[in-house]
Amino acid sequence: MRYIDEFNDPDLARRLLAEIHATVTRPWALMEVCGGQTHSIIRHGIDQLLPEQVELIHGPGCPVCVTPLEMIDKALEIASRPGVIFCSFGDMLRVPGTDRDLFRVKGAGGDVRVVYSPLDALDVARQNPDRQVVFFGIGFETTAPANAMAVHQARRLGVRNFGLLVSHVRVPPAVEAIMTAPSCRVQGFLAAGHVCSVMGVAEYPELARRHRVPIVVTGFEPLDILEGVRRAVHQLERGEHRVENAYARVVRDEGNPAALHMIEEVFEVTDRAWRGIGMIPASGWRLSEAFREYDAEHRFDVGGIRTEESAACRSGEVLQGLIKPVECEAFGTACTPRTPLGATMVSSEGACAAYHLYRRLGSPKEMNPVG
Amino acid sequence: MCLAVPGKVLAIEERDGPLTGRVDFGGVRKDVCLEYVPEVRVGEYVIVHVGFALQRLDEESARASLELFEQLGLIDEEFGDAWQRAAAEESGTTP
Ligand code: SF4
Repeated sequence: MRYIDEFNDPDLARRLLAEIHATVTRPWALMEVCGGQTHSIIRHGIDQLLPEQVELIHGPGCPVCVTPLEMIDKALEIASRPGVIFCSFGDMLRVPGTDRDLFRVKGAGGDVRVVYSPLDALDVARQNPDRQVVFFGIGFETTAPANAMAVHQARRLGVRNFGLLVSHVRVPPAVEAIMTAPSCRVQGFLAAGHVCSVMGVAEYPELARRHRVPIVVTGFEPLDILEGVRRAVHQLERGEHRVENAYARVVRDEGNPAALHMIEEVFEVTDRAWRGIGMIPASGWRLSEAFREYDAEHRFDVGGIRTEESAACRSGEVLQGLIKPVECEAFGTACTPRTPLGATMVSSEGACAAYHLYRRLGSPKEMNPVG
Repeated sequence: MCLAVPGKVLAIEERDGPLTGRVDFGGVRKDVCLEYVPEVRVGEYVIVHVGFALQRLDEESARASLELFEQLGLIDEEFGDAWQRAAAEESGTTP
C-alpha cells in the first residue's frame, strides 16, 4: 500500500481499509458529491487503495464547475463595463466563458478584484460610492450564508452601489436528478460535510428512503473519506439505506440555525441550469423579492445573453459520473489547465483538473507535485 | 474557495455590524464574521468558509486538520494570491 504513510494517521487508515476489504463481497458504486472530496481521493490515490469492487464515481459538487456558461458570460460582460468594479473569489478567474475569462477581462483594463469574503466586496462598495460594485455570488449551501449576509448588510447600511450576481446551487435536487437519470449507476452517496454544517441532514432521509441509497455525511480529509466509504459499504452489504453522519465534529443534525435563517430571509428557491448538465428543477437560490434591487442581473440588463457549451467538452458526463475525465478525447490534448475547454479543467476541485494534476502520466505517486 | 478551514479565535470585536473576530489559521490571520456562531469565545476553534465561521470545532480535531492542510499546501491555496496562480496557469508553469 503505497500512499498510506502520507495520511495523518496511517494506522487508522490501514484499519479502515482492512475493514472495508473484509466487508465487501460484491461490486458497489459510490458517488462522492463534493469536489473537495474528489480532489482528495485522486490526490491520495484513495480509489486505488480500495477493494476493486468499490468504485468511486465523481459527482457534481464543484460550484466553479457547475456555474452555467451563460452566467460566466454575464459576469464577463458586467466586469467589462466602465465604472464597474467586479469582485470575485479567486477560483473564478480562469473559468472559461464563451470567448474569454475574468483574467483576460482584467488584462484588457477591466477592474476585476479578488476578495476573500463577500463582506470585503461590500467594503469596496462603501469605499467607492461613485462606482458600481458587483460580487459574483456563486457556490453551494456552504457559501450561501456569506453571500446572504453581504446583501443583508448592504441593505442595512443603505449601500446602493453594491449588487450580487447570484448563481447559487443546492445539493439535494442534484442528488435527486442523478438518481432519476436512466443511466444512473450510483448505489450510495458520500454527502458533502461542509454543506451539511450549514443545512444539517434533514433533507436526506427522504432521498435515502425513496431511492434506497445509503447517504453518509463526511468530510474531505483522507481519513474522513475512508470512514465514509466504510460506513456506506457496511450499509450496502446489509441491504440498508440510512442517513449517517460520519462528520459529527463539524456537522450537527440541525445544521446552523442562524445561517439557515439568513438564507431563508435573503434567498428563494429557483430552477437553475448546471453547466454541462442542464436545468435541474428547484436546484438553486436567487435573491428574494425583498432584495431584488441588489440583483446585478436586473441592474445590468444582461438577461438576454444565451450561450452554447463547447461541443468537444464532456464535462456534463464527468459531473454526472458517467465517464471519468481520462475518457474525454480532449483530456490532456486540446484541453489542459492552460487551455481549458470546460470549467472542470480549471478549478482545483474540478475532476478533470484533479486527474490532470495527479494522473496524467501513470501513477499518482510520480505525479505528486510539491506543495 | 470550496474549502472550510479550521482556525482559532484570537479576539472578538464589539462594533456596529456583524459580530467579527480575528482568526488564526496556522499563522495566517484574517477577520472573520462570527455572526453565525454567536456563542463562540476567544481561544475556541471554528471552521471558516469564505470569511464566515460556520460551526465551532474541538481543539484536537482542529489542530489535526490544520496540520494536514498545511502539509498539503491547502492553506496557501486558500489564502494565497489568486492572480499569481492564474497567471502561472495561463503561462503553463504549473503542472
Ligand atoms: S477534459 Fe476538458 S474537454 Fe474533456 S470533459 Fe474535462 S473539461 Fe471538458
